[in-house]
Amino acid sequence: MTDDRSASTGTLPHPQASVAPNTGVTLAPVQTSRARVTEYTIGTLALVGTVATVWLGVWVTPPDKVQGDLVRLVYIHPGVAWVALYLAFGLAAVSSLLYLWPRTRSLFWDRLAAASVEVGVVFNICTLVSGSIWGKPTWGVWWVWDARLTLTAVLLIMFLGYMALRRVPAEPEVRARRSAFVALFAAVDVPLVHFSVNWWNTLHQGATVLNANLSPQIHGSMAWTLLLGFVALTLLFVWMLLVRYRIGVLEDWLADNELDLALAERQSEGAGLDDKSPSDQGGAA
Amino acid sequence: MWRDAVLVAGKDLRIEFRSRVALSQVAPFGLVALALFAFALGPDRVIMAKGAPGLFWVAVLFCTVLAIQRSVSVESANGARDGLRLSGIDPAGLYLGKSAAVAVQLVVLEVLLAAGVVLLYGARIAVPWLIVASCALGTIGLAATGTLYGALSSGLRVRETLLPFLLLPIVAPVLLAGTRIWQAGMAGGTPSDGTQWLRLLVVFDAVYLAIGVALFGPIQETA
Repeated sequence: MTDDRSASTGTLPHPQASVAPNTGVTLAPVQTSRARVTEYTIGTLALVGTVATVWLGVWVTPPDKVQGDLVRLVYIHPGVAWVALYLAFGLAAVSSLLYLWPRTRSLFWDRLAAASVEVGVVFNICTLVSGSIWGKPTWGVWWVWDARLTLTAVLLIMFLGYMALRRVPAEPEVRARRSAFVALFAAVDVPLVHFSVNWWNTLHQGATVLNANLSPQIHGSMAWTLLLGFVALTLLFVWMLLVRYRIGVLEDWLADNELDLALAERQSEGAGLDDKSPSDQGGAA
Repeated sequence: MWRDAVLVAGKDLRIEFRSRVALSQVAPFGLVALALFAFALGPDRVIMAKGAPGLFWVAVLFCTVLAIQRSVSVESANGARDGLRLSGIDPAGLYLGKSAAVAVQLVVLEVLLAAGVVLLYGARIAVPWLIVASCALGTIGLAATGTLYGALSSGLRVRETLLPFLLLPIVAPVLLAGTRIWQAGMAGGTPSDGTQWLRLLVVFDAVYLAIGVALFGPIQETA
């Protein structure tokens, strides 16, 4: 396949496949040790970062003058939203485009887009849930039809549509093309949805850190905790992405070899039948 | 490209003229939807007139899904899709033709639905050109996106259930823009509110028409 291209992307685990000597069944791809180390390192960093963010956010930083303890959600919510709305969606869109581009066509990009969308859905739901928890005491309602909330919800629906499409059984190449097109059409739609819901309704507070003049409107320990939250959640996303990508490779391997595996299993069963009596009598006792 | 588009559109419209599926099934469905909205919102005509723009566009969206399903299923029997590809018709022309046929059918449906909204909900139109412009641009957008997704889903056995799920979120801007333009064009609305939404519709149409013209060939190979 495209071993050299996948290997050139460095850190992503690229499992190696081999063939079992007797049965002719292709063995499950095994993760290289470098990939495993990368995965564990990023996973550990993500865990440490997340725990540190929670510790700083809940115990160390002071409550806000206006919002009180509610402000603590701010250490998680923007980071989760950044991953869901920009990182995951952007990565999915770029990988889909790279898959469709003939020069860079490789199942690597397809699997990366799929992993990105699936992890993105988790972060998107967390965004909506944490936002709702903050919105109920602040705005008095769980949900408002504000522009950003609406855009987030529309993105979630698009993500879910993409995942539903991937679940339709098909040849890997056909599925990859089809999903890449759908991702591309959705990505093109995002700015249009963005403008239309903005004109439609705006209530959400503006960006706190990445505002127009790039001067953060919060200070001291709060700002550092917020920043740490962004880093930790980004690492968490990368770690989940790596794991999901590896599972994707294994899933494709299973889809290719399911029948061979089952056949080999039955054959070995048949070889053992001469010695033993049928084992189903044990179940009746 | 243009000649192929006219040929394909003519073919689809001729099939529709002879089978009358859109007229005898999709249009009545649209009217049923209008009746159901009325039942849901109660007999108060003030509320219904206020909701008329949105309800009109929701009904149009539902009808679009049906029209696209029909447009795809016309090609699914007897290997018609392969026949079309073998005939040497330019993919861009095929795309524009299919879209145009859907658009023509949608326009007829919209006239019926608009009449229904005015008669049944008591909606009063103050600025007719805004209404006409929103319908024209909205229809192009719906037909352009719908034909793309129709082609993508044409090979799927789960097409009927998957297509609305994929298509409806994408056309959300058309629903928002169409509704706002209608509100601007109704009695008591401010017509100048409609212009930015018209611009949005123009961009939406241009983007998806360009994608369709450029990518319809590869998309067809996917199905």
